[in-house]
Amino acid sequence: MFHRFAMAIALLAALPAKADTPQQLLDRYAAQARTEVAAYPGPSASAGNRFFHARHSDWSCASCHTADPSTPGKHVVTGKPIAPLAPTANAQRFRDPARVEKWFKRNCSDTLRRTCTSAEKADVLAYLLSAKGGA
Amino acid sequence: MIHTLHSSVITIAIRALGATLAIATTAAQAAAPTPASASTYQEECGSCHTAYPARFLKPADWTTVLGTLDRHYGADATLDATAAGEVARHLGVGSPPANVPAATALPRITRSGWFVHEHDEISAATFKSSAVRSAANCSACHTGADRGDFDEHSIRMPQGTRHE
Ligand code: HEC
Ligand code: HEC
Ligand code: HEC
Repeated sequence: MFHRFAMAIALLAALPAKADTPQQLLDRYAAQARTEVAAYPGPSASAGNRFFHARHSDWSCASCHTADPSTPGKHVVTGKPIAPLAPTANAQRFRDPARVEKWFKRNCSDTLRRTCTSAEKADVLAYLLSAKGGA
Repeated sequence: MIHTLHSSVITIAIRALGATLAIATTAAQAAAPTPASASTYQEECGSCHTAYPARFLKPADWTTVLGTLDRHYGADATLDATAAGEVARHLGVGSPPANVPAATALPRITRSGWFVHEHDEISAATFKSSAVRSAANCSACHTGADRGDFDEHSIRMPQGTRHE
């Protein structure tokens, strides 16, 4: 039983990691937004910039991911360090759609007390892709 | 009458056997953290703060924590069912109850007697300093916290804080 389990893990580990690019994710959020918003103007990095820095509650996205998302952040309550959020500075970001969705759900609920719309996700990602990397 | 008695005795016996089996299965699952459950725990419970070792809370307290992830100390820490099962296994507890009463106080490692005692020489100002922020930020001082190492020799107080 345990052997079979271990083998399944080994097989899983041998498969190439699911590697979506941040741009593919952005395109998918934009396509989704098009079905949700009547006259969707397309993703906007400047709208994403405003959204990212706006204080929606006690917090903004920048509270933990810092005003410059290409630099390391810090959890505002626990003090735990957080690796840079911008894919231009951190190649691991926006690669795993399930992980991205999980954190959008949690962080939007903590910051905005609601879920983020597909248009907002596309805007934030457009902004993060425009953030200068390698800081 | 006798017939009914018999069948209810049998029913009880079967139920008891079932319950024993159920307990045995839960205990076996709970008692066996796997490499997979450890990595799920690190990933799901170690991204906002140190992945606290299971030994720092009682099983009943972990069960409360896992039953209230939607209102987790002011944060949303909800998990999908697979991850929730792995986390419970790693912490050595059964599946969390479906609904913990809303008023239930959340347990704190940082308020437990041993914690307060071990840290009684550290001032509140140090815990609140920008380098630490919270007593729950174990890894600010315990450099091996992410590996479960809380040995005295691995402690390094952050710059600008004092340990009198
Ligand atoms: C209270 C702190 C906090 C706030 C506020 C916050 N985040 Fe996060 N965010 C985190 C943590 C912790 C992680 C997970 C740790 C990690 O991935 O390094 C994370 C991860 C993410 C990820 C995952 C990206 C990936 O591919 O790994 C996204 C997307 C994200 N945050 C977006 C946002 C957005 C958008 C906002 C504002 C609405 C926001 N966050 C506000 C703490 C925060
Ligand atoms: C979205 C962020 C987030 C995630 C994910 C998360 N936590 Fe937390 N957790 C917090 C915050 C915020 C606190 C409060 C910290 C403080 O007061 O300094 C906390 C506190 C705790 C405490 C109490 C610490 C103390 O003060 O003694 C425990 C125990 C805990 N978390 C366990 C878990 C477990 C187990 C998981 C995984 C199922 C988890 N956490 C996942 C954000 C998170
Ligand atoms: C501000 C720094 C700081 C933080 C944050 C902190 N500790 Fe400590 N801890 C210490 C110091 C200093 C000692 C040693 C106290 C002494 O021996 O006088 C200690 C001692 C301990 C000990 C006893 C170690 C031994 O070998 O005697 C344990 C266990 C421990 N801490 C666990 C934790 C846990 C768990 C957390 C997070 C929930 C935490 N600590 C957060 C500084 C800290």
